[in-house]
Amino acid sequence: MKLKQYNLNFLYQETFALTKRLFIQLQRRPSTLLAGILQPIIWLFLFGALFSKAPEGFLPGVDSYGNFLGAGLIVFTAFSGALNSGLPLMFDREFGFLNRLLVAPLASRLSIVLSSFFYITILSFVQSIVIMIVSFVLGYGWPDFYGLGIVFTTLILLVLFVTSISLCLAFVLPGHIELIALIFVINLPLLFSSTALAPISFMPNWLSWLASLNPLTFAIEPIRIAYTQTMNLDLVALHAPYGDLTCKSCISILFSLTVFSLIIIRPLLNRKLN
Amino acid sequence: MNYIQITDLSKSYADIEALKNLSIEINAGSLFGILGPNGAGKSTLIKILATLVEPDGGEIFINNINLVGNPRQIRELIGYVAQDIALDKILTGRELLDFQSDLYHMKKKEKYERIKLLINKLEMNDWIDRKCGTYSGGMKRRIDLAAGLLHLPKVLILDEPTVGLDIESRNIIWQLLKDLKNDGMTIILSSHYLDEIDKLADSLVIIDDGKVIAQGKPTELKNKLGGDRITLKVREFSTHEESQKICEILSSIDGISQIIINKAQGYSINFVVEKEKDILTKLKVELAFSKFEIFSLAQSQPSLDDVYLQATGKTLLDAEISMTGKRDLKKESKQSMR
Repeated sequence: MKLKQYNLNFLYQETFALTKRLFIQLQRRPSTLLAGILQPIIWLFLFGALFSKAPEGFLPGVDSYGNFLGAGLIVFTAFSGALNSGLPLMFDREFGFLNRLLVAPLASRLSIVLSSFFYITILSFVQSIVIMIVSFVLGYGWPDFYGLGIVFTTLILLVLFVTSISLCLAFVLPGHIELIALIFVINLPLLFSSTALAPISFMPNWLSWLASLNPLTFAIEPIRIAYTQTMNLDLVALHAPYGDLTCKSCISILFSLTVFSLIIIRPLLNRKLN
Repeated sequence: MNYIQITDLSKSYADIEALKNLSIEINAGSLFGILGPNGAGKSTLIKILATLVEPDGGEIFINNINLVGNPRQIRELIGYVAQDIALDKILTGRELLDFQSDLYHMKKKEKYERIKLLINKLEMNDWIDRKCGTYSGGMKRRIDLAAGLLHLPKVLILDEPTVGLDIESRNIIWQLLKDLKNDGMTIILSSHYLDEIDKLADSLVIIDDGKVIAQGKPTELKNKLGGDRITLKVREFSTHEESQKICEILSSIDGISQIIINKAQGYSINFVVEKEKDILTKLKVELAFSKFEIFSLAQSQPSLDDVYLQATGKTLLDAEISMTGKRDLKKESKQSMR
């Protein structure tokens, strides 16, 4: 029992140190943070302006396009941040810094992965909160207390899901060039094939299928409900071609995807880190 | 049993056999040198000892602990200073040491005392609070060494720690290694600098092409050569045939042994002469009789390079040169990436 407590203390110490290092890097090179905030804000302004003269009732259940777009951009911000989470690890691999960690008698090498999760989750939250505040200032609304809980739960699940994939890629791919190239390929197509920018009812049949299977959609729709209605988990959030999905169903799917991805990457992480 | 016992160690990367049944014994509290040209297998051996690479075969015991079976226990015992210095450019030196000490689960008071001590010992006070990205090669090496020593390891493993360093940094590191050894730390030092190993090591192994070609104390290995080493040239650049003829003459003289033609140095001829006999006078007579003039003749105490030369027929420098271009460093780097 004592030994277990010891190991937990050690795990905490090493995870804290690894996370602190990532935050020191962020503090001294804040461009990632700023770019992650600026890009969605620019989109919010531009897309908001683009559809500002859309006729009333153009979008179902929302007052304005900005009101609709907010949820998509919050999710996109968290998604982009999480997708990039493998990069620091990839650089550590390439520059040999990972060896410094692997030579140390870490209580568990899981701390390397945990620190990335903590870092990206906190970073995504900060970025998302800024986007939420800007949306609020622009008059695009603010979720109620329960809705806020749903927003953050959904974001945590999405960040865990995408971060696990990104860390996995950081170990599998040969270098950062390949990782960045893959991020480029994944990032925008996933955004455009989700309900971030347009509702499913606007999409051709094939795209509506794609959007209804897109993990981003399962994160966007509950958040959109939190923004536009009094939050209720049993409200229908997504009118997918294969049937209606409630907020609860969307979050459950996202939860399952997250658990599944964590199970899938575990053997790889074990092989690479042990 | 020795403090570190390596038996029949082997390791391959794809089609390259990096280590071939290597067996080494290292005593506690000694400074053990690993000497060999680039590509000989030194770094692979060091990485295996540092638990970064798993061997394909063989056994390693450190303080009676099986390295392959208990890597975490071994990591608590060892400090590792890699050949390629991997620092976080964004962190200051002090932050890096603080970070490192947390990875070794050091207590707050203990880590601040150790960091302070090492900063003083390695003369890093003036620049420790600057970002690592601004450090020179010598500064980087010193901070890396401090990081390896933070947790007071029982065994310190250093992979070519003085490559490309200025004299000041090299001297500081040499002095530190001597002090650490005197304090009872076991040190494993890989290098391709002969003078470094000769000056610092209590015992050493010479590795070539993944195999042990000599092992023992530096003086023992040099004494085994049996006498002074002579380097003879009859012209600045001789031919192979010419050298062969001289070899025949030398073979006929009593007291001359271990004759080697060194192609890389203009077909010069290296050989060993017994100390007590006046062989050189006889040699001059014999060469003059065969109408050879002496262009240069150097007599020296045997060095570790001579030990290497004796075993492989080439000097370490020649071996380094011959390896240049043969190695695919990018491929090796990818193979060793986790």
